[in-house]
Amino acid sequence: MSALPYLVAGWICVVGIYGVVTSTNLIHLALCLTVTQSSTYVLLLTVGYVKGGGPPIFKGVKLGTTSVDPVVQSLTLTDIVVSVTVLALILALALDVHERAGTIDPDEIATLEG
Amino acid sequence: MSRRVRIAVFLPALAVFAALLAWSLLAIPRFGDYRGPYGYVLNRVATPERHMTNVVTAVVFDYRGFDTMGEEFILFIAVMGVVLLLREKGRERPGDLTDAIGSDAVRIGGSLAVGVAVLISLWLIAFGFITPGGGFQGGVALASSVVLVFLVASWRAWKGVANEAYVDPFEGLGAGGYVVIGLAALIGGLPFLTNFFGPGVAGTLSSGGSAVFVNWAVGMEVAAANLVLFGEFLEEYVVPLARS
Amino acid sequence: MIIATLVPLQVVTLTLVAVAATAVVLTRDVQRQILVNGFYGFLLVVLCVVLAAPDVALSMLVVSSVGYPLVVLIAIARSRSK
Repeated sequence: MSALPYLVAGWICVVGIYGVVTSTNLIHLALCLTVTQSSTYVLLLTVGYVKGGGPPIFKGVKLGTTSVDPVVQSLTLTDIVVSVTVLALILALALDVHERAGTIDPDEIATLEG
Repeated sequence: MSRRVRIAVFLPALAVFAALLAWSLLAIPRFGDYRGPYGYVLNRVATPERHMTNVVTAVVFDYRGFDTMGEEFILFIAVMGVVLLLREKGRERPGDLTDAIGSDAVRIGGSLAVGVAVLISLWLIAFGFITPGGGFQGGVALASSVVLVFLVASWRAWKGVANEAYVDPFEGLGAGGYVVIGLAALIGGLPFLTNFFGPGVAGTLSSGGSAVFVNWAVGMEVAAANLVLFGEFLEEYVVPLARS
Repeated sequence: MIIATLVPLQVVTLTLVAVAATAVVLTRDVQRQILVNGFYGFLLVVLCVVLAAPDVALSMLVVSSVGYPLVVLIAIARSRSK
């Protein structure tokens, strides 16, 4: 019944989505999107945890000691490095919108014309 | 619809979503009670079979090497998107800026720090199969330590170190090199991305076989991609300063 | 019953992570938000260490200390100068 880690991951996801919808600044919106993304990291890491386990590195450590799952860690670490580039792409789009519409508030951007 | 109406419609939907999420999260096996067989199998088998003591790097570059190729191409395409958006045709190149750092202590200490940081990043990439590290972490650390040059010296020093004409080919070389290493195994009659060198001795730098080359290709690609990214953004920052 | 198999250090770190995530979203001023985000990234690094994941902690450390503040601060400066 230890559900606190999973509930924390769910709370971070929900809070991030709330931040995206009620945002008044495109850059604030991009950072709330990264908060939602980090909830998946927390969920992945806590799903792979083995009780009393150490890191899955075996240099100088006897084979067979309890270790946590290495597969979810590999998914998480490549995801973190890629998220910087994706955030930069979102910010470049936001700067482009700011140049064309003159404002960085998503509510004030004029609707499609022409 | 106006902002207030939109938020009033959104909040009940969010509450329903949160309730469903909590319901599904409470049905997962409890924390610490890991049941899947792959974690246990890989921890037992990775070091005797592949002679790599860091099982996470073995999974990233050897067992699931095909996924890492996909991740690398996500990076490549995202950087290409940023460059297309920010590199306009008629953009003026800023000449000399007088906004350089004047303090000698910062410049001397910073130059030493850049050297140490570059060495540590290269160590992280090279020893990724033995202790925590690998191509991804070391690549980002290498890009960050080169950005330090801009912070402790001037814009001209940064341009001398990270000129676009030199860094762009490295990015393509890293991304293409991964595919070439995979194809080299294909030419020899083995499946794509097979580890065709001997596995080496565990715990030393020769462990890993052809995964070592894949590791360095990824490290080079991640570092170059991040440098291109940081360079584009820094130029966005510097051009208004030069104009004023 | 909800925290039966957790070590106290993990409970404290998870609670701090939840509080910091709420703080990042509720900070409306963008320049302050990037600082709070740096603190949140550091708490995630501590969480990764406590959950026995050193590779993930390494990559989160470099990314949240240098990668995020650099791109966001330059975007803020550019969006204010025009």
